[in-house]
Amino acid sequence: MKIKFLEEKLAKLLMLLSTLLVVAFVVNILYTILQRGLPALNWDMVSKIPEGGYFNGGGGGVLNAIMGSLYIVLGSTIIGLLISIPVVFYLNVYLTKKSKLAYIARLAFDVMFGIPSIVYGAFAFTIMIYMGMRTSLGGGILVITLLIIPIFIRSMDEVAKQLPRDLLDATYALGATKLETIKVVLRQIAPGIATATLLSIGRAIGDAAGVMFTAGFTDSIPTSLSQPAATLPLSVFFQLSSPSADVQDRAYASALILTLIVLAISLAGRFITNHFSKNKIE
Amino acid sequence: MMVVYKCPLRGMSQKQRFLQLCSIRKVSSTYSKSNYPMSSFSINRILKNKIAGWLMLTLTVALILLVVLIGFGLYLKSVPIFEEKSLWSLISTSEWKPGKGNFGFLPFIAGTLWVTALSLILALPIALFTALFLTEHSKPSVKKWVFPALDILAGLPSVVYGVWGILLIVPWISEKLAPNFIEYSTGYTTLAGGIVLGIMILPLLISLFIELFSAVPKEFRDASLSLGATRWQTSKFIILRKTLPGILAAIILAVSRALGETIAVLMVCGNIPQLPKSLFDSCYPLPALIANNYGEMLSIPLYESALMLAAFLLFIVVVLFNASSRIVLYRIEKKFR
Repeated sequence: MKIKFLEEKLAKLLMLLSTLLVVAFVVNILYTILQRGLPALNWDMVSKIPEGGYFNGGGGGVLNAIMGSLYIVLGSTIIGLLISIPVVFYLNVYLTKKSKLAYIARLAFDVMFGIPSIVYGAFAFTIMIYMGMRTSLGGGILVITLLIIPIFIRSMDEVAKQLPRDLLDATYALGATKLETIKVVLRQIAPGIATATLLSIGRAIGDAAGVMFTAGFTDSIPTSLSQPAATLPLSVFFQLSSPSADVQDRAYASALILTLIVLAISLAGRFITNHFSKNKIE
Repeated sequence: MMVVYKCPLRGMSQKQRFLQLCSIRKVSSTYSKSNYPMSSFSINRILKNKIAGWLMLTLTVALILLVVLIGFGLYLKSVPIFEEKSLWSLISTSEWKPGKGNFGFLPFIAGTLWVTALSLILALPIALFTALFLTEHSKPSVKKWVFPALDILAGLPSVVYGVWGILLIVPWISEKLAPNFIEYSTGYTTLAGGIVLGIMILPLLISLFIELFSAVPKEFRDASLSLGATRWQTSKFIILRKTLPGILAAIILAVSRALGETIAVLMVCGNIPQLPKSLFDSCYPLPALIANNYGEMLSIPLYESALMLAAFLLFIVVVLFNASSRIVLYRIEKKFR
């Protein structure tokens, strides 16, 4: 047998093995979290806020962190959508394909996408100190908005780039201004907006480094923007640093809750990309 | 008899014609005003279009400037420390005693580099082989199962990776692996950080590689195969060679992602400010330094400035890496289309 066929066999084996390894990692991570988190998971965990001495083994749950994460994700997603839809629309309808500004903007958003959340956190924290703000829900929303805007813009832009030029020409021919084509464009990129939103939510809910200094941590559910807010990843982190084994078990349960939320979002994303494209013209 | 048709608009000035036209339209009830492009509404519509354009332009430019603003803000904050020490003395000394005013960044920079390099060494071959398998060899049914798995891997929060590392990797290193090489290790080591980080950058690398490989035109493969090359030879000599600049750009992108990863690494690295001498030593990467010390920094002079310098260093490296690799990737995308 020629050496090249042997090499082919070997390469194919290596490829197969590495793919299996990747899948094995996913299965293993999910299994480990499930196996350690499930025994400690109970209804109190998701329905109660921490009682006194929670981090030394007292009763209660992580409702504060779940609600805090929810508020932050909700606020930043809405602000993020309001900022990024106009930008994507501008890049794709107002600017031409060869526009220098569009090139620079796309590059800038790609760079923003790569900036670590801890840097956003540090930057936002200095601004908050400068403005005399304390760690608060508002600060957390601010950082997470900064963090997810590039995700929003880049993933919507990928879809908007595929927009058929003829469709725009057709709307112009009917007398629409560029601004008025937004009604058509939005319907076309609707599935893109949906997947971008879910991607952003996934990233927003899992981020810990950014909210560490800006949202702070608290045992109660925030009732206004100026109060500190707990978040689920930070809650996992703090419970895990407790010396008590009980509290550590709860950290695993909280991690399981977080994982389940993220998995649900990921599944919903798949569903939406498959079923949300009814208005789309290829 | 001849009927002489006289245009009602003849002999009028432009303005009069316009007014006349408007009045005619008012009489005809079948047309509503807004259906006419020349109605007074059209001026509003064009104005609206213009104003919206300006607003959106402002928004876009503001977001671009934000990147500059972040860099500038971090730089301003880290200026005070430059007044006492030079940049070189900061990054080349290794004593970290904020109380005495000694800020040596070397252990942290070394820790970051060790962990990042290790993660890349572990992840790169796996990512390359997986991406090749998925683009060149696998059937659609395999992709249907592997792609969702990659999605999950990419979507898991870093704190979950950290928990997994603590539950599995750390005990494994401390009980199984380390005793073969050294006497005792807690498991919270550079190696644990590298492994966890390596798995975290896998999905990014794989998805970038898949995009690159599937951009190579099919004709190239056909030509190579028809000359008698095996599939692996085609991959090796055509696909990998053709996409080499892209592969390098993807690696740089993954490295910059790894440099900034905070929580997961912080959880498994041990966080002892020392120069790691082996894989079984603890290390203390830069992002972990910022995350761990932020609360207490305000009480010691120059401490905040030092931490901001750390953030600024991270920012500069990540921005340069990202911008350069993205430019390369854009060029490649253009070339193949």
